[in-house]
Amino acid sequence: MTDAANPASDPSARAIEPPPAGPGMAPREGEEPYGRAEVDNRFVDLDDPLTEIPDDTPVDVDGVFEDSRIEEVLGEMDRDLLALHEVKDRIREIAALLLIDRLRRSIALEAQAPTLHMSFTGNPGTGKTTVAAKMGKILYKLGYVRKGHLVSVTRDDLVGQYVGHTAPKTRDVLKRAMGGVLFIDEAYHIYRVDNERDYGQETVELLLQVMENDREDIVVIMAGYKKQMDRFFSDVPGLSSRIAHHIDFPDYSIDELMEIARLMTEQQRYLLSSDAGKAFRQYLGLRMDQPRFANGRSVRNALDRARMRQAIRLYDAGSRGRKLTKKDLVTIEADDILKSRVFEGGFYEESESDTTPASGQVG
Amino acid sequence: MTTGLRITQGTFSYLPDFDDDEIKAQIQYGIDNGWACAIEFTDDPHPRNIYWDMWGMPMFDIEDAAAGLHEVNRCREAFPNHYIRVTLYNSKLTKQTTALQFLVNRPPHEPGFKLERQESHDRAIRYTMTPYATDKPPGERYDSDGLGPRRGSNADGAADSPRG
Repeated sequence: MTDAANPASDPSARAIEPPPAGPGMAPREGEEPYGRAEVDNRFVDLDDPLTEIPDDTPVDVDGVFEDSRIEEVLGEMDRDLLALHEVKDRIREIAALLLIDRLRRSIALEAQAPTLHMSFTGNPGTGKTTVAAKMGKILYKLGYVRKGHLVSVTRDDLVGQYVGHTAPKTRDVLKRAMGGVLFIDEAYHIYRVDNERDYGQETVELLLQVMENDREDIVVIMAGYKKQMDRFFSDVPGLSSRIAHHIDFPDYSIDELMEIARLMTEQQRYLLSSDAGKAFRQYLGLRMDQPRFANGRSVRNALDRARMRQAIRLYDAGSRGRKLTKKDLVTIEADDILKSRVFEGGFYEESESDTTPASGQVG
Repeated sequence: MTTGLRITQGTFSYLPDFDDDEIKAQIQYGIDNGWACAIEFTDDPHPRNIYWDMWGMPMFDIEDAAAGLHEVNRCREAFPNHYIRVTLYNSKLTKQTTALQFLVNRPPHEPGFKLERQESHDRAIRYTMTPYATDKPPGERYDSDGLGPRRGSNADGAADSPRG
């Protein structure tokens, strides 16, 4: 509005304003009706952008940078995921690439959509599923996928049970995941090389086709244990090369596991007393050497059991007439941890559930 | 084309045919409204022929229009010379009806309709309209090469049932 009164104001602001309308508004002098047309044509008519665009064309780094909220996304990732430095570095690289692509496009340079299919390998409980769930959000915020939802499937959702059942099933899943991320847990189960009647082959073929042709519509993340995934990739030629990012999730060190425990208790509004902290570190040291240790998941299970022991301790104390306080409710004492059978070395006698690997799930 | 009739059916049919991006935008609009996306095809373009063959199941659970366009393109591949339309169905209670429907594919040559006049009582005239194409049996109607629809890439579960 002030613009109409003052035709000499900033020309760039004027160019994107709608032409003046209504009585009492004089047409502005010396202005083209479509202020942007000239600029746009310059790019449309280009034969070879590389030679036609001057080398010193400025790029609006700050604008794009702020627009993509890249720092916000990466900061959130740093907060929520402990350790996993290799994983974070890779995500940072991807984010940087997407940002630069955006800048290139802003001055009309070619920017092909990168292949973002990933494979997550690693031992149980190293955070594969957690990262995959985050990945959808990250890619959405970076503007790579349009919707950012995560469709998590296993072999059962993809492979049919009789002839002609597999293709529609797989295709349905792929369609559901379009615009987002398809996460295939325990992907190596899809294809069983030793069974030639298995319909997994069909699923693999469809997957390969879509991963190649509909790259812009879908991001496929496969996860599984390292050894089995390596076999899977060698059994299915062409799959490994279609996955741009092979990310290996390392086991956590004892310090990282302690940090995870601290975060988990914090999230559940519990506190480990300092004695309990020491006891838990001792527990982890023993537990790590025992079979079927599942990193983050074992920590979670151990804490769950400590909570149960705390509960029964408080219950007993309460029934003996002791007054309980808030401090009692939030504090896990060393005793709650030291009672674990892990300390007796009798791991196999332990009947609690953390000893059986969770079925149908990794991460 | 000197002869023939460009069939106008459904929404947008007086506009130039949509390109893929425009089709995608319309499907996305439907998905965002919570409508299910279904693909149908036929080679009998009579306006009273409302039940077209379905290309697979209606897609109730897709999030992104790319999935809808993916099926449109598969259907085009199998039936390049058929009419194909996208139906966006509003399944909401009290609505349960087609919300938006538009053509996404048409044969390269559309011969149009034959008008028949039947002398009736008292010089009254009854009119009948027949697509020229339906003189031929289903499946052979719009093929320039006479080979019929491309077989082998049929929709999952979509039978090429003969129509009356």
